[in-house]
Parts: sequence; C-alpha cells; structure tokens
Amino acid sequence: MNIKSKNKILTWIATISFGVISLIALFPIISLVISSFRPSSELMRQGISFSINFSQLSLDNYLYIFNQAPEYWAWYGNSLVISAITIVLSLFFSSMVGYALAVYDFKGKNFFFLLVLLILMVPFEILMLPLYQLMINTQLVDTYFAVVLPMVVAPVAVFFFRQYALGLPTQLMDAARIDGSTEYGIFFKIMLPLMGPSLAAMAILQGLGSWNNFLWPLLVLRSNDMFTLPIGLATLLTPYGNNYDVLIAGSVLTIIPIIILFIFFQRYFIAGLTTGGVKG
Amino acid sequence: MESLSKSPNLTSKPSKSPKSPKNNSNKQPNSFFRFINSKKVVPYLFVLPFIISFLILTLYPAVQGIIMSFQKVLPGQVTFIGLANYERLANPIFYKALLNTTLYVIFTVLILTVIPMLLAIFLDSKFVKFKTFFRASLFLPALTSTIVGGMIFRLMFGEQDTAVANQIISLFGLDAINWRFTSWAAIFLMVILASWRWIGVNILYFLAALQNVPEELYEAADIDGASKWQKLRYITIPQLKPIIIFVSTITIINGFRMFEESFVFWEAGSPGNIGLSVVGYIYQEGIRQNDMGYGSAIGVILMLIIAVISLIYLIATGTFKRGEN
Repeated sequence: MNIKSKNKILTWIATISFGVISLIALFPIISLVISSFRPSSELMRQGISFSINFSQLSLDNYLYIFNQAPEYWAWYGNSLVISAITIVLSLFFSSMVGYALAVYDFKGKNFFFLLVLLILMVPFEILMLPLYQLMINTQLVDTYFAVVLPMVVAPVAVFFFRQYALGLPTQLMDAARIDGSTEYGIFFKIMLPLMGPSLAAMAILQGLGSWNNFLWPLLVLRSNDMFTLPIGLATLLTPYGNNYDVLIAGSVLTIIPIIILFIFFQRYFIAGLTTGGVKG
Repeated sequence: MESLSKSPNLTSKPSKSPKSPKNNSNKQPNSFFRFINSKKVVPYLFVLPFIISFLILTLYPAVQGIIMSFQKVLPGQVTFIGLANYERLANPIFYKALLNTTLYVIFTVLILTVIPMLLAIFLDSKFVKFKTFFRASLFLPALTSTIVGGMIFRLMFGEQDTAVANQIISLFGLDAINWRFTSWAAIFLMVILASWRWIGVNILYFLAALQNVPEELYEAADIDGASKWQKLRYITIPQLKPIIIFVSTITIINGFRMFEESFVFWEAGSPGNIGLSVVGYIYQEGIRQNDMGYGSAIGVILMLIIAVISLIYLIATGTFKRGEN
C-alpha cells in the first residue's frame, strides 16, 4: 500500500515534469502561431512577448499574404517543385544503388559500399565552392536543376536502402527469373514494392531536407522568383522589420503542412530523421 | 568498366545469329537487351548513378577544392600562389571564427548528449504517462527549418524589454539584454537554437539504445540489491556508451558545419564577428568576396578538422581493431 501510493506520487511528478519540458519545447512554435495573428507593427515593437493584447488579434497578416504577397507563393511553389523532384529522383537512384549493393554479388561491391560510407563523412560545406564554380561554368545557376543536383544520389539513403534490402527475400528473385522476368522487372515490380516502408522514411528525410535546405540554394539561386521558402523568408529578416506580416504568417504556413504530415506519418518521420544523424 | 566488355553475352552474339531468321537490324536490339539484362552487367548499371555522382559531385569538388586552395582564382585568370592562402589564415577574423565554432561545438555537444540521455532514461521509466505525446512534442522542433526556428528565437530574444527572454530575466531582477549584440549572448543564442531543434532527435537515439539494454542485467542487479543510482551508473550508462559516442560525434561534426544558426541571427555579418562561424567565413570570403582560393583554403582546414574527428570516432568504436582480427 505504501509503495503503491509512493509510485503514484512519482508518476505524478514525472508526468508533470515532462509536461513542463514539452511545453518549453513547444513554446516557440505556439508563440509563432499566436504572433501570426498580431499586428506586425506591434510585433516589431515588442518582439515575441508574454504581454499580448488579445483584442488586437486578427487575420490581417494572412489576408495580406493571400492577397498581396505573390512572391511568397512563388517561393512556396518553388519549394514544392524542388522537394518533389528531389524526392522522386533521390528515391529512384538511391534505392537502385542500395538494392544492388545488397542483393547482387559483383566485383567492386565492397569498394562501392566503402565509398558510400566515406562520402557520408564528407560534409557538403567543404565541396560547395568548387560545385558552385561548376554551376557557374555550366550556366546552371538560378535553375531548379542546380538546387536538386547534389541531392540526387544521397549516400544516407543509399546506406539506408542497402540495410533494408539486405532483409529482402532473395528466393523471390530466383522464382521471378524462372518465370522469365528481367532483373529490372524483378526490381521495379517485386522488390521495390517490398521496400515500401524504407521508401516512406527516405521520402520524408529527403523531402524535409529539401524543404528546409538553406546553404546550397542560397548560393545557386539568384532571382527573387526562383527562391525557395527558407531563402525567401531569410530575405525578409532585415533589421527594419518592415516585412514581418509576410515573415511570420509565411513561416506558419511553411511548418503547418509538415506538422500535419508528421501527425499522420510519425513512424516514418522518426525512422527517416534518425538515419545517420544528418544535418537537416 | 572493363568487366562490361568481358561479359559473356557479347560472345554469345555470333552463335545466336545463324539460328535467328530475322535480319540484322532486329537482332541488334535483342542482343543489346540480353547484354544489359545479364547478371554481370545489371549490378553495375544499378550502381552507375552513384559512380557518376561520386565522380562529379564528390571527387571532383574535393580535388578541385584542394587545388584551388593553392591558387588565386580570378575570372578567366588563375595563378598558382603556393601557400599564400594558408598564410593569410593567420588573421584575427579566422581565429574568431574558429573560436566561436569551437565554443559552439563544446556547448552543443555537452547539452545535446547529456540532456537527451537523461530525458530518455526518465522517459523510458514506468512512471511517465503519455510517453508518445511527450516524445512527439520534443521531436517537433526538428521539423522546423533553422531559418523559421531562428526567426522565432530572434523575436523571443529581442532587445525590447517586452520580449520573452527579457521578461523572464526581469523576474530575477536582471536588466534587459541586447542579446544579438552581446558577445557571450551571441554564442548562447546559436547554442540554444541548435539545442532546441536537435534535442528530440537525440532523445530518440537514446530511447532506441535503451530498448537494447538486456533486462537480465537489471534483474541480476536487483538480486544483488543495487540501488537505482547504482543501476544507472554501472549498467545503463556503460550500456549506452556506443550511442553516447555516436551522438557526441555527429554533434561535433554538425557543430563544425554550423552556418545557418549564425546567418539567421545576423544575416551576412555580425558586429565584431561575434557570431561568425568557420563555414560562415567560407561563405563570406569564397562567395561574397568571390575569393575562391582563400575560401577553399578555409575549407581544407575544415576538412582536416572533420577528418580527425571522424578518425577518432572510428578508433573509439573499435572499427580498426575489428578489421585486424
């Protein structure tokens, strides 16, 4: 009886403590959402504050962004297109490579796998100047292609797909070969569908990485109508604060779709984002 | 690539032609089809995108970066200048960038290893209810970009008395701080932003590792009458050692790659470089000043730092030992 009541108190303390910690973690996001309903001039003068004048809350920032900020929607479109292309191409190529490294025996297989691990350890930041120069020389600057290119074969995804494909039933391959299926048919029609969960996890990793990607798009995108959301929003971060309406409401509209996806596909987000500890 | 031409399917081509009643133009795609579908060739075709991307997007820039670090790169005019770029690195701005980045790494590695580990251990205990909800809320910041997250922190740590951070410190009787323009606070802002975004992800690593601690160890300890603290000290933490090494290594490496956390608070430049990072310095010199040679020299130094850390990680995890056995 004594132990039981002691455990009950411990449960209360532990649960309330985690409630407070969660609230601290969520506070910036909650306050962003509340701020998006505040007049931007007020936000400029006060910053994000505990003392909010609730009578001033309105939808003005959202009305402004929907009616008078076409550039924001251009960024949104660019981000959507770039993320979609990145997801499709990187899943296609990376799954092919990872699959081949897992199921086939061929000369150089171990060498290729070692290369994948090596590239995983090479940070993009030290390759970016020569790559940027390459984009200038090939006149690809300010195109979707330039933004997407470095993400097309992602070593993290290759690694992840290889680990996953190692667990695929290879007997199915032999059976399909007897039925006259080509190796490509085996991959696309039989094995790739079996890799579904790993594809979902990597789609989220690559999609989120692309949606939030900053440094590389900052280098290769130049004109305002080609900007992605993070680059566009960053241009609004001026010391004068004259763009806070688009900045705050625009930021909310950037993260809300992600949070909704997260609620539905939590499992895949967690699997994707804990792969190899890549910086997103 | 040589193995492609050695493929047996090429040699099978002549033996097939007498049997085939079709003319040459039809036979060509057929044997080509057989060639690209042979089990010798298929794996290489599957791996081909990786090979191409490795050559163009990793090997070429790595080599080119090292070459450029010995050059003065002007449009249409490249001159070899030996170690001059490296000699230029001996300047207070680079030292400041290196110092800022190192401080940032030290603080983030401490915060992002110790706190997630403790939180994961508590979250794993039977006393906490609504685990899934807490785990999800702590993870949520990882979904925001550094730009959006940083923008929120910029407003929370505004210089106004009414901004959240200054309201909180005023409760303790402290004067408002102009966070973005105070040297120590600059590092603090970047560290707290990164910690907020990454804590949930690191908790997940530790939670996964905690699932793998064998239950029998705790049972044996219970029989020996070990206290909770002793179990934590002598079972849990030693069992978590591999994941502690992993999390601290990726935090150190990501720390040395830091750029956005600085950019979001001060855009292109901070007063007195109080927020300048090594990658920020590469951006400033290589892109803004268009001095690719000097920028590449900074990149090579960064490459060496990260290579040393990776090597220490591989030694610490015993990768080489296993290779020898």
